[in-house]
Amino acid sequence: MSKQVSSGTKIRKKIVNVLIHIMLAVLAFIWVLPIFWVILTSFRAEKGSYVTTFFPKSYTFDNYIRLFTDTSILNFPKMFMNTFIIAIFTCIISTVFVLSVAYCMSRMRFKMRKPFMNIAMILGLFPSFMSMIAVYYILKALNLADGSMIRVALIIVFSAGTGTGFYVAKGFFDTVPKSLDEAAIIDGATRWHVFTKITVPLSKPIIVYTILTSFMTPWIDFIFAKVICRADAQYYTVSIGLWKMLEKEYIDSWYTCFAAGAVVVSIPIAILFLFTQKFYVEGMSGAVKG
Amino acid sequence: MKKAGKKVNEFSTPYTVTNAVTKGNIITKISLLIMGLGNIAHKQIGKGIMFLAIEAAYIWFMVTSGIYNLSMLPSLGWREQEKVWNEKKSIYEYTAGDQSQLILLYGVATLYVTFMFIIVWREAVKSSYKSEVLAKQGRHLNSFKEDFKSLFDQNLHKLLLALPIMGILIFTVLPLLYNISMAFTNYSKVDEHLVLFDWVGLANFKKILNFGDSIGKQFYSVLGWTLIWAVFATALNYIFGMLLAIVINRKETKAKGFWRFCFVLSIAVPQFVSLLIMRSMLQQTGIVNTLLLKYGIIDTALPFFTNATWARVTVIVINLWVGIPYTLLQVTGILQNIPAELYEAAKIDGANAVQTFFKITLPYMFFVMTPYLITQFTGNINNFNVIFLLSGGNPTPVDATAGKTDLLVTWLYKLTVDKNYYNLGAVIGIMTFVVLAIVALVTYRNTTSYKDEEGFM
Repeated sequence: MSKQVSSGTKIRKKIVNVLIHIMLAVLAFIWVLPIFWVILTSFRAEKGSYVTTFFPKSYTFDNYIRLFTDTSILNFPKMFMNTFIIAIFTCIISTVFVLSVAYCMSRMRFKMRKPFMNIAMILGLFPSFMSMIAVYYILKALNLADGSMIRVALIIVFSAGTGTGFYVAKGFFDTVPKSLDEAAIIDGATRWHVFTKITVPLSKPIIVYTILTSFMTPWIDFIFAKVICRADAQYYTVSIGLWKMLEKEYIDSWYTCFAAGAVVVSIPIAILFLFTQKFYVEGMSGAVKG
Repeated sequence: MKKAGKKVNEFSTPYTVTNAVTKGNIITKISLLIMGLGNIAHKQIGKGIMFLAIEAAYIWFMVTSGIYNLSMLPSLGWREQEKVWNEKKSIYEYTAGDQSQLILLYGVATLYVTFMFIIVWREAVKSSYKSEVLAKQGRHLNSFKEDFKSLFDQNLHKLLLALPIMGILIFTVLPLLYNISMAFTNYSKVDEHLVLFDWVGLANFKKILNFGDSIGKQFYSVLGWTLIWAVFATALNYIFGMLLAIVINRKETKAKGFWRFCFVLSIAVPQFVSLLIMRSMLQQTGIVNTLLLKYGIIDTALPFFTNATWARVTVIVINLWVGIPYTLLQVTGILQNIPAELYEAAKIDGANAVQTFFKITLPYMFFVMTPYLITQFTGNINNFNVIFLLSGGNPTPVDATAGKTDLLVTWLYKLTVDKNYYNLGAVIGIMTFVVLAIVALVTYRNTTSYKDEEGFM
């Protein structure tokens, strides 16, 4: 009797299990579909944005070739280099800023600590680009809004204010055992040594996380870049370029190239992300065990 | 209360400005006017000269431009650009007129510099008084070299914070103050106030909050949609993301890593790319409509971004596509961190799966994730990318500046960048801040993790 019941529940469990797997498969399909679609489009030989079949009628590599060789209207290689240079500098500056502020908030005790944390939270509540027009005028007053200085301006815009985004890193530093610091200080180490020789080496996940997010900012932001570059196409970043390709005047001839560009931009970021996914999760939950 | 009292004492020192004024000797009192004098008198020459140099620089700045900037601030300029006939060259020349937005920027910046100077001045006075007291007591005074060394040790925060705070002050706080001050002017395309404009007090706020005004009406409808959007986007993302994480984490689910990879893949693609792809797929002539029409499932193209209700549902659904993987990542980490003892204890007490879920998993998640939820909510109120890149705020009624899916932030963008209504844009920004501040205050105060920081048990 009891054997029958257990086999009955077993079958029911199996059915539930199969259903759940089917559901997961459907959902995963939905999630992967747009990505699959853009990869297909990037190899599509038919021009234009209006197509009637999901799978291309014929495949070609021309979209990629054109993207990197046709520099007359939208100079993609240049945009790519612009973004790359800006991203490297932004990444260095903002990583240093974020880690410095986070360490101070986590380990140093001084009068302005609490007020600073509150102010940072309040600043975070304003829409981030509310003041973009004002930033533009300030950059203009500093002679940074024209010509080749636009790159410097973009680096400043992406990195100068990052000190307020210290919360995740601070949370992580909080989990690094304080006893290590104390032991080192008893042995005569200065706080600078503690920071550079103990805390930083122990905080790889959060450093990787910070580097990644700050490196990605110039690739994915396009509002600030658009406001600061204005019509100066020479200094466009990748995101403005891709956005332009979908504008009415370009979409017919550039749609498949847009897909190719999207793939080109996504690949390095995707690889970086998937490699460091572990760090990402660890950094967010801030766990140093032992 | 006790805790707060202790906090104040922790950093209190006898070296305050008031003490310097009342108890300081003549040198300290003179250093109220000549910064750094007290330090120089007590052989802290490097420090003293630094303070003196700052004072000299400030005075030079004020004399050369600061005072003029401040004097122009109340009027914001009045001289229009004029054509003047030049007799000698016999051509028309343009006289440089006033540019109100520059006058406003320089004025605000001057006030800002002055405020910073006052802070430095206070530090200088305190430092002078401190050196006087220490010298009187015969205690050791730090030399410049020792001061410098302390920057790497007990004063490390001054070294590490200097540049980040400079960056924040110049490129976050100053622009914000400048922008806020625009809200009280008539800087807008209306009546051609783009070059010369004036202070108008609270008129813009009255206009926006007034139900009868066309801008006011749009404000309330945009505000309503923003809140609805934020609630739905946050709650649905959380619920579905959590369910998905739990389903993937079940013991019986096979190939956990593969499922997670499929979902996380969409985070790895830059958001603006995936959103632009979605937009092009869902156009009237996009692939989704084309295929559905071709196979005869529908007769007319689905109005994804042209019908208000359709557009609103579409952006929320697509935001699920964007947001669920993030929740999945978060929740997976937390699920694996729930102390196993809790489950064992529940098992011994004879609780079934449903009971453990509602009594342990859910409360634990809520406890850990409340701050995350609040940031998600505020992030969604400010979610510029999803709306701007997907629907662009459309559909927009003919006579309106705000579309049916516009959030406060995207409306702000349209008002400033497209329409050049800088003053109204600034007001919208301030209103967004007010909404967020209220939400943040109310929710933070009512969460368990705020009331009881000790942890979940």
